[in-house]
Formats: sequence, C-alpha cells, structure tokens
Amino acid sequence: MHAVRGVSLEIRRAEFVALMGASGSGKSTLMNILGCLDRPTSGRYVLDDADVSGLDRDRLADIRNRKIGFVFQNFNLLPRTSARENVELPLLYSAQHLTNAQLREKADRVLASVGLGGREDHHPSQLSGGQQQRVAIARALINDPEILLADEPTGNLDSRTSIEIIAIFQQLNERGITIIMVTHEQDIAAYARRNVVMRDGILLSDKVVTQRTAAAELDKLTAATSNSEE
Amino acid sequence: MRVGSTFNVALRALRRNKMRSVLTALGIIIGVGAVIAMVGIGNGAKAQVEAQIASLGQNVILIFSGSTTSSGIRTGWGGAGTLKVEDAEAIRREVPGVIGVSEEVVSTTQVAAGNQNWFTRIYGESADYFDIRQWPLADGAPFTPQDVRSANKVCVIGRTTATQIYGNEDPVGQILRVKEVPFTITGVLTPKGLSTQGVDQDDIVIMPYTSAMKRVIGGTNLRNINVQIGDAGQLEAAQQQIISLLRQRHNIRPGRDDDFTVRNQQEIAEAATATSRVMTLLLGAIAGVSLVVGGIGIMNIMLVSVTERTREIGVRMAVGAHGNDIQFLIEAVTLSSVGGVIGIVCGIGASRILSAYAHWPTLISLSSILIAFLFSAAVGVFFGFYPARQAARLDPIEALRYE
Repeated sequence: MHAVRGVSLEIRRAEFVALMGASGSGKSTLMNILGCLDRPTSGRYVLDDADVSGLDRDRLADIRNRKIGFVFQNFNLLPRTSARENVELPLLYSAQHLTNAQLREKADRVLASVGLGGREDHHPSQLSGGQQQRVAIARALINDPEILLADEPTGNLDSRTSIEIIAIFQQLNERGITIIMVTHEQDIAAYARRNVVMRDGILLSDKVVTQRTAAAELDKLTAATSNSEE
Repeated sequence: MRVGSTFNVALRALRRNKMRSVLTALGIIIGVGAVIAMVGIGNGAKAQVEAQIASLGQNVILIFSGSTTSSGIRTGWGGAGTLKVEDAEAIRREVPGVIGVSEEVVSTTQVAAGNQNWFTRIYGESADYFDIRQWPLADGAPFTPQDVRSANKVCVIGRTTATQIYGNEDPVGQILRVKEVPFTITGVLTPKGLSTQGVDQDDIVIMPYTSAMKRVIGGTNLRNINVQIGDAGQLEAAQQQIISLLRQRHNIRPGRDDDFTVRNQQEIAEAATATSRVMTLLLGAIAGVSLVVGGIGIMNIMLVSVTERTREIGVRMAVGAHGNDIQFLIEAVTLSSVGGVIGIVCGIGASRILSAYAHWPTLISLSSILIAFLFSAAVGVFFGFYPARQAARLDPIEALRYE
C-alpha cells in the first residue's frame, strides 16, 4: 500500500502552491518527499535540476539546510529559547561558519523583516501564536532558501492572524521564493496561485486560481473594524 | 560532525536547563573531588611513610642476630646472640663499599638526674651511628670513636628524654644516671618524631656500645649491626658479601639456614609502603565508584533529554542537522569535563582543608589530576554515547510528530 501513487507534479520557481486534501490523502507524504525529509520508495524527485531521490540522510539534511525552509502548524520553536536563538538554529548547521556576533546580526535582521524587531529576546511562551509563527518563518528564511514549505501554517491561528501570516508568504513569493503550503482550508488556499488537491494518494485536481491578495483582505478587515466602532 | 557549532549548540542547551546541568555535573564534581582528595590522602600517607623510612638512613643494611629456641621458647630476632663485635669489625674490614658500621645493643631502663627519673630506651652504638641514621645533633656534640674504644661514660639523648628529665634546662654537660652509672651528656639529638610504628624516636639515650655492654646491659652479643654502603649500586653486592662473610665466620655449612637475618632499607621501605599503597588504591576505588555513579547520572539525564526533546531533535534535523550533529554526546562530555575541572578544584580544596584542620598529610600529584580529568571526560563519552546514538537514529518525520 503506497501513500502516494503515480503523482507527477512539476512546481516552477516562484510559484505559490496550495496542497489540499483530506487526511490520509497522501499530502503529508508528498510534503515529506518535497521537503527532503523522506525518500520516495520508487520514482524520482528532481529539485533544482538535481535528482535527490537517491541521496543519503546527511546529504538530504544539507539540502534542507540550504534550500528549504519549514513552517509548521504548531510552530515547533525550541522552548525556553529566545526568538533570536531559534532563528539562528539553521545557521548552526550550515556549512558556513559564522561568529556569534554574525549569527546575532543576521537573525535580528530577518526577525525585523517579519515584523518582530524588538522582540529578539522573547521566549516562545512570551509571544502570541502569530508572533511565534513569524519567528518560525524567520527561522525558515535565515539561510535564504529557495522553497518555503508550510504545513498547515494557519491551523493554530485565528482568521485575522492567519491572513497576516499569508500576507508575509505573498510578499516572500513576490521576491521569488517558491511557496508550497499544505492546508485544508479552502479560503486559505485561495491566497495561493495554484491549488493541487489530492485524494487516496493520487492527484485529483491541479488548477491555477485567481489569487486573493492578503494585504487587500487585511485592509478590508481593518476598515470593517473601524466602521463597527463608529 | 561539525564540532565547533555543535559545541555552541550544546552550550546553549545546557544553559537553557541551568539547574539540571548543575545537578548533573554535581555527580561528577563529587566523584572527581572524592577521587582527588582520597588519592591525595593515600599518597600523603605513603609519602610520610617513605620519608620516615628515608630517615632510617641512606643505603643501610641491617643485620639481625638470629632467633634461638630454648626449652621450646623461641626468642625473637637478636635472641640467639650470634652476632659478635668481631663480626662487625670483619664487615668493616672486608666488605668493599662500606662507609659506616654501627654495632647495636638495645635495652630499656630507668634513667635519672637530680630528682627526676624516666623510663627510656638505651641504644649502644658506634660513633658512625649518627651518620648512618642521618641524625644530627641539635645541641652539643656526639661521642667520638675514642669514647667508643675507651667505653667512656658519655651519651647523647633525644629531645623527649631531655624534656622529661631536664625540663627547660640545657642537658649538655649534665650527669645522667643510667642504672646508677653516671654518664655525661655530650649532646641532644634533633627531634625525629614518631616512627612508622608510632614509637617516639626521641625517647632515647644513645651511648657507645662498649659502654652499654660493659656498664649497663652486660653480655657480649650484639642485637644487630647497622651497615651503610656508599653507593646504592653496591647495595646488593655488599649484602651478598656480608651474608657469605658471616656464614663463613659462623661456620655455617652449605644447606643450613643462616643464624642471622640481613635486610636492606629498601626491603623495609617496600613492606611499609605496601600498606599505604593498598590504602590509596582502596580509597581511590571507593571514590571511583562515586564517579561512575555520577556518570550514570549523566546518562540518565541525557536519555530523559532525548525523549523529552524528541521534537526539538526533529526540528534540528529538519533545519539541516546531521545525526552526528545532535549534541547529546558533546553535552555529556561538556558536563563531565566541566564537572571534572570543578571536581579537581574541590578535591584539592578538600585535601588542603584536611591537611590544615585534621593534620593529615595529603599529596596531590599532577598525574592524579590528569587521570581524574581524563577519566571524567571518558565517563562523559561513555555515558553520552548511547543517548547520542538514540538521538542520531531518530527519523526526523517521526520526531517532528512526537507529542
């Protein structure tokens, strides 16, 4: 019994793909393969013109470190560890050797870019869910990856915060980062440019959608809130 | 493994759990501290024994008269009375390398001066004795070979005897009555303290052996002969020569046992230090047990950490850590080596305190410090290896999903 069968999928640079499907549809397995966390038992995975399906654990780890950023539903930040140190984590495992000062400088810059300037020393328990997810995004971005893999990134967030996080994804996508996002929420998937739906290990549909703009949604929400206040 | 950054990671993780890290290291601190202090005490005791043995003199051969059995009662060494003054003279004359010979007779008796009296040991010796035992005088002068030849009524006394009889007065030149025979005190010996057997070596009166034999003890037999050899290399040869010379002089046919016993100082030293060596080993072994217990403590915490931090390991792997980069081995080694260093400092402190307040001699050698440090690091490697391997083998997907 294979979780994923005969799936042929090509994702181009700078795409924003939402991967959808019920649980058991094989989307997690597909994500794990795309994220180089798992290897296909058969078939090929070509990443950046290189076949990575036969690589060993350590080579895959290096690829994850260099090319892929992960964002998880439950954030997966290290507890009792400052936002800055959480963001520095991938740098500690990268080939380049940075001094502690360089690590710090780089982490602080990325944290600022996701709107967390001034909260570098906060521990996850001192941050809201949205802020924790921003730390996780900063961690995913620290090594300038080509792909950002997000597994239900808004699953633990309220709707407004979800849109804020998606807005960050859209900004990153405009800068040329490929984003692959697993979600089961139709309205979140609507912010992607391409929706892929899986069922029982095969591709059910793969279509380009008209992308909703998160920034515009946020403006609308803000306007609605201020209206109701008046 | 990228040691530099893994070390960085390990330090961060240890800092995150400060209390736990300190408590875990405490096991090693106590273990290493105990080893250092215990071995220090053992070595100190050994060094003290060795110093006392050395105070017997350098390159000394002791010849004891044999024992004898009379009506089924066996006397101890010296009882047979087989050693004569002539034997000592023959050794002085015929054995090469001999630089000093002292004929020795020993007795205990009451000595008195004025209205004070004291029970002490009387040693009859030759004038070489003070050189052989490396026992200089604190005051006055030793008796001379002339005194020995003439059996003059002169003696030197130890510090204890001097204090007991004369208090704070200067005993030199005073008259000491030994068995009612008046002896003139020519000097007072420097204090030597207790011997390895706990005997007060300063509770003594030393006089020419001729005087002792003629005026105090009586008899013509020596209890033993002290011989000093000039060169340590000649010690063995001289000992053999003394044995064959005495066998010849005592007409002992081949195959019969000697009627005397020859020991050299090295043998005596070895026997005496054997005990303290065993003690050092024993103390070290007991302390070593606590070090191993400390190591098990590290392993325990590391295993708990691997389970508790499974998700963390998953995250680390997801962002690019290799199995070998997972820091548990380095965490364990860091804990045990830092614990080792602190333990060494504590151990040195503890033995200093013992020396200062309990007056136990302690001796901390560089080698015991090095061994303790290397051993504690090895404990970290040994007990960190298994948890680290457990962590390295985790599947990142499983680890990330772990609740």
